[in-house]
Amino acid sequence: MTLHPMLAALRRHKAGVVLIALQIALTLAIVCNAIFIIGSRIERIQRPSGLDEQNLFMVSQQFVGAPTGDDEATTDKLDSLQLADLSTLRNLPDVQSATPINSLPLANSTWSGGASIKPDEKNEAARVVYFFGGKDLLKTLGVRLVSGRDFTDAEIGHRAFRAANKPTVAIISQALADKLYPAHDALGKAIYFDGGTSPTTIIGIVERLQASTVDSWANAFAWNTALIPTRLDAGYARYAVRAKPGRMDEAMKAATAALYKANPMRVFFFDGKGARGFDEIRANAYRADRGMAILMSMICLILLAVTGAGIVGLTSFWVGQRHKQIGVRRALGARKRDILRYFQTENLMIAGGGALAGIALAVGLNLWLMHRFEMDRIPVWYVLLGVGVVLLLGQLAVFAPAHRASNVPPVVATRSV
Amino acid sequence: MFAYYLDLGLRSLKRSPGLTALMVLTLAFGVAASMTAWSVFRAVSGDPIPWKSSQLYVPQIDMWGPQAQDSNPDSDKGPPDALDYNDAVALMRDHRAKLQSAIYQIGPAVVPADAARHPINTDGHAVFSEFFPMVDAPFQYGSGWTAADDEHRAPVAVIGSKLNAKVFDGGNSVGKTINVDGRDYRVVGVLDDWNPQPRFFDVVNTGGFASEGEGLFLPFNTAIAAGISNNGNTNCNAVPDAGFEGLQRSSCVWIAYMAQLDDTAAATAYRNYLEGFARTRYPDWAPNVRLRSLPEWLDHEHVVPSDTKVSLLIALGLLLVCLVNTAGLLLAKFLRRSPEIGVRRALGAPRAAIYAQFLTEGATIGVAGGVLGLVLTGVGVASVGLVLPRDIANLARLDVSLLFTTLIVAVLAAVLAALYPTFRAARVQPAWQLKSN
Repeated sequence: MTLHPMLAALRRHKAGVVLIALQIALTLAIVCNAIFIIGSRIERIQRPSGLDEQNLFMVSQQFVGAPTGDDEATTDKLDSLQLADLSTLRNLPDVQSATPINSLPLANSTWSGGASIKPDEKNEAARVVYFFGGKDLLKTLGVRLVSGRDFTDAEIGHRAFRAANKPTVAIISQALADKLYPAHDALGKAIYFDGGTSPTTIIGIVERLQASTVDSWANAFAWNTALIPTRLDAGYARYAVRAKPGRMDEAMKAATAALYKANPMRVFFFDGKGARGFDEIRANAYRADRGMAILMSMICLILLAVTGAGIVGLTSFWVGQRHKQIGVRRALGARKRDILRYFQTENLMIAGGGALAGIALAVGLNLWLMHRFEMDRIPVWYVLLGVGVVLLLGQLAVFAPAHRASNVPPVVATRSV
Repeated sequence: MFAYYLDLGLRSLKRSPGLTALMVLTLAFGVAASMTAWSVFRAVSGDPIPWKSSQLYVPQIDMWGPQAQDSNPDSDKGPPDALDYNDAVALMRDHRAKLQSAIYQIGPAVVPADAARHPINTDGHAVFSEFFPMVDAPFQYGSGWTAADDEHRAPVAVIGSKLNAKVFDGGNSVGKTINVDGRDYRVVGVLDDWNPQPRFFDVVNTGGFASEGEGLFLPFNTAIAAGISNNGNTNCNAVPDAGFEGLQRSSCVWIAYMAQLDDTAAATAYRNYLEGFARTRYPDWAPNVRLRSLPEWLDHEHVVPSDTKVSLLIALGLLLVCLVNTAGLLLAKFLRRSPEIGVRRALGAPRAAIYAQFLTEGATIGVAGGVLGLVLTGVGVASVGLVLPRDIANLARLDVSLLFTTLIVAVLAAVLAALYPTFRAARVQPAWQLKSN
């Protein structure tokens, strides 16, 4: 098939062709970037936290009229409140283990500091997010220890939450270990927290442990985490609890009820419920990302539908307009297939032209979004995927009108309008 | 004449119902998507106190010095976005603005007098007496406390309407006693429903948005004396001494500050004062201070989430595609009627008449698309709660102004889309059309 007559025909209705090509170009630009946003959000949401998330929940509450914790006596008083709660939790039939903890990954209450491999260092080597916990910390979180050992009970201490952070031992994430000691095994080495002078020995390394926030300010150190064997004593206390397999709901209900019974002078967080399953913590943390992905998918769908429908509409019009010419071609010996292919090729040319412009627009839009909204550079294959999608969409949309055109009988040529 | 064109337009639209439906649907979806995104954007980027925002200022002082600048993520190397205790108290003592207040977030528990009720967790702020007139907080009963109460650390409180309902079952509770973290405070004022979004007076700790209204306000000095510690962010350059008192001695920043300056002269004077203040307090480095007006401050703190902006942009892109699409379809539709146009022109209709006729037809599609778009926008706004974070989704509302905007945008979009096809239609050569038939 020669393209010449087709080009001549296209030149006859430039405006329509330009409008369709423009629409395809814009669609491509938007769809590429939207799919890229969707892809990166899904990737974010699916990152494992490093916890064994099944059967894990958090209790968050505040003691009413609690002492300040500014001196030793009141700190001890706070600690005893916390220990009492923990023994209440551990005695529940549906609870496997429980540990005090300041926050959980994704739970959105973050304690961060600096880590160095030299004492008294002003410029920290890495930002680190702390998790302060007590007995059964690793067991309850379900993190995987890749080297070293768990804390012993003797290593677990406690302090007022505003007192200085000077642990003697810590377990850190593999990411933090690699960052601090890129060339060596970090196990057994010293680490200095918050520009301090007292060393902390790394006694274990866990495979993966995500920070307690997914907000963008913590992106740079989202995997640099340290587990510190210290119960924090404050007016509020949080506990991570692992329920026996399949007994999560029962354990959550029993936990808050038992805590209230043991000591009613407290306020439960989480909208007064006191306990929140890790699945819900995860859903809350990524709610904005999930929302953005859904929104972008909706927009993509509407966009593709609109553009597809637009192509159907305009091609139908062209088919109607060229009814007679099609009849003449058929009468001169063109097969049905030739007519079908004519419209398909025509669409491919228009869509191809639009896609070329669209690639430039897509990259331009991405560069602009990168500049304004700190987005990443779009990988080439997203653009190629987008090109594939719009070309396929064009072919699908043109098929029905083209098929109708191919059914125009040759006898039309002999009739006058 | 308009009625005639409307009739012509409707006839023409009826003649090709498929194409008409397609155009109406296209417009409706485009308008609905962009209006839904707009409703969210409008909600989060609104001015929380439009009558006064240009008079409210947020001062910043660099108390950490150039050494801390290495790790400063701020592109303009500005000072921290909150104040430490000593600077905040010193600024209050100097009292150079018309109205001003140091502000910190508290989260104490309130114990109802009725022993059968559980204690209530509440969010609030510790502020100075000038805070209430400065932010125009609406009072249902009573008023704020006095400057003397600030000075004497009086045990007084202003409570929000929700807390009032929970603790006292509503009504005028002025003069009653409320127990906060084990201490008694006398209620001097009850606020009306007041939930400004964004929470402009403490962006740093609230992130801008809070779904609940403010529960409790205590005098700053009283709260400090009672050891009610801060519930928000604490940002430190050096490890502070132990305890809440240690925090007060430290250079950690955790206090928001707002000042009312009525004109630019006052703002300039205050900026000069801040420089002098920084120079005397931190003689080791050149003063690094900022004085941002409230709108500048909200922008600086990125209160509008970038997701919201990107969504709006992409939705507007969708509207643009819908526009191009409608233009293409209208072009096809109008040019198909070239013979009809030729006859009308030959019978003496001027170009202007052709313009009027076809733009009317375009506007008709716009109205239809707008009405359907309204319904879809309603669905969209109702369902943002399913996908967006609660604090933000709750703010998106369908109101009269959004309804009107939707209709106007739809009609404008349709007329805009009809412009080029109409231009082409009006250029149809009557002689050629008549001959070819």
